[in-house]
Amino acid sequence: MSDLLKLSLDEVSTKLKAREVSATELAQEAFAACRAAQPKLNAFTAFDEARSMAMARAADDRIAKGEGGLLEGVPLAIKDLFAVEGIDTSASSNILKGFKPTYESTVTSKLWSEGAVFVAKTSMDEFAMGSSNETANTGPVVNPWRAKDSNESLTPGGSSGGSATAVAADLCFGATGTDTGGSIRQPAAFTGTVGVKGTYGRTSRWGVVAFASSLDHPGPFAKTVKDSAILLQAMSGHDPKDSTSLPNAVPDFVAACGGSVKGLKIGVPREYRVDGMPEEIDRAWQQGIDWLKAAGCEIVDISLPHTKYALPAYYIVAPAEASSNLARYDGMRYGNRVEGSDLNDTYEKTRGAGFGHEVQRRIMIGTYVLSAGYYDAYYLRAQKVRTRILQDFHDAFGKVDAILTPSAPSAAFALGAKSDDPIAMYLNDVFTVTANLAGVPAMSVPAGLDKSGLPLGLQVITRALDEETMFKVGAALEDSAGFTHKPEKWW
Amino acid sequence: MSVTADDVRRIARLARLAEPEDRVEALVGELNGILNWIEQLNEVDVDGVQAMTTPVAFPLPMRKDEITDGGIRDQVLANAPRSDEGFFVVPKSVE
Repeated sequence: MSDLLKLSLDEVSTKLKAREVSATELAQEAFAACRAAQPKLNAFTAFDEARSMAMARAADDRIAKGEGGLLEGVPLAIKDLFAVEGIDTSASSNILKGFKPTYESTVTSKLWSEGAVFVAKTSMDEFAMGSSNETANTGPVVNPWRAKDSNESLTPGGSSGGSATAVAADLCFGATGTDTGGSIRQPAAFTGTVGVKGTYGRTSRWGVVAFASSLDHPGPFAKTVKDSAILLQAMSGHDPKDSTSLPNAVPDFVAACGGSVKGLKIGVPREYRVDGMPEEIDRAWQQGIDWLKAAGCEIVDISLPHTKYALPAYYIVAPAEASSNLARYDGMRYGNRVEGSDLNDTYEKTRGAGFGHEVQRRIMIGTYVLSAGYYDAYYLRAQKVRTRILQDFHDAFGKVDAILTPSAPSAAFALGAKSDDPIAMYLNDVFTVTANLAGVPAMSVPAGLDKSGLPLGLQVITRALDEETMFKVGAALEDSAGFTHKPEKWW
Repeated sequence: MSVTADDVRRIARLARLAEPEDRVEALVGELNGILNWIEQLNEVDVDGVQAMTTPVAFPLPMRKDEITDGGIRDQVLANAPRSDEGFFVVPKSVE
């Protein structure tokens, strides 16, 4: 691998525009790096070399004519949840194995129209349900990071583990993810990458396989805060095909990076200091507070009193919506069918064989909480608790401009360490899930390494529609952290 | 509230999931673990609180009621497990 792939998206764009490197050459390198890493990292679910090279040649033609978009010639990886026309899109599930969309998701259309080049589909937890990428039908993705003096395989986090790995291992210049409870920010923290979700509705959900519609946020993985702003810029905007897509104009996210944070009020919520949190997470958080203070921010202690109820509320709302969304996989119009003795038997056999254990568990929880007699006790109550959580944020943002927290309660853990205990796995999202329930923008920025040499992330949360302040604070943290560490190549 | 093996079989039936009998006991434990954990929501005072519908309120966008898509039968059928002569082929559901 040459050093080209180590560049940031912004740096490589400059080289492409100056024609110091061709999109074709770049796509070949990225494609070869992905292929070579696949046997060890297992990050990818589909390739299409002919497609990648054709897109790269078209980008070169546009660059030669002095044309080209925001991402012209830049190789990107796409989470397997996004429909890419003609390329296997299976949400890492056996029920959709072999599904080739005849249409393109809005987000990927936008990326292609800005000149991006498709390099691969990335693995994920099945239907985005998981925090370790272990529920993928193609097996777990392996984190390129390893603890010092250890060969143990670690999780890249989930559900967007393949995308996080692809960016962290310098196999491409950015990737798409989706974040329903933390599925972009937790893997970003585990892999030393930047992960962002905008305000709910900033990016269209059309053509993205649905998990929990009121919580799903498509967003980017990137190597730097500025790269993440470029990618979110390209992905955002109103889409008539998604009625929850925001009609608001998209601000200039890129311009916000690097703006002064002097005088900004940064909230530090006391409820995020949870029991049993490793001391190093606490230390990284304190370091972040000190950095922002030194950059001229005012630090304010705040309270988000309903934080502890966010995860239990999420585990009602998300399975309820998932059980409705996944009802469509009945083996009739698409997906795989297992023939039974009659129609119901066919449905049951199809779904029993097609969905993995975690997905079945969540469908059953969702079915139960929505079943006759339980709707008020569970789903309605959870949606009211969600209003309380949103109100907590409203109150906090009356006093502060942004909130700083750790991104995850630990660094990357060993594959298999939590797979027997669903609730232990769910607790990974304890810091991220609140922003999904409230629909506010949030990002994870690499903050440093822990004692064993594994990356830790800090999370910045801002008010709805104010991604600009999030990027500003994120860039300030990145500046102070000077995080340039890369995993040592072993794959 | 806790679920029994019979409840698990009933929920699986409602969700159209064939759960093999040897999975039922494990599911009873897993579902009760999760359901007991979410019981803590009962501590929250939600009297007079509206259920959340959306984080950013805006009027639902309207468009002209006109046909903007269609004539893509083959695309619609392209991923069907079984199709014939432009139709989906499905199990018999009416005797």
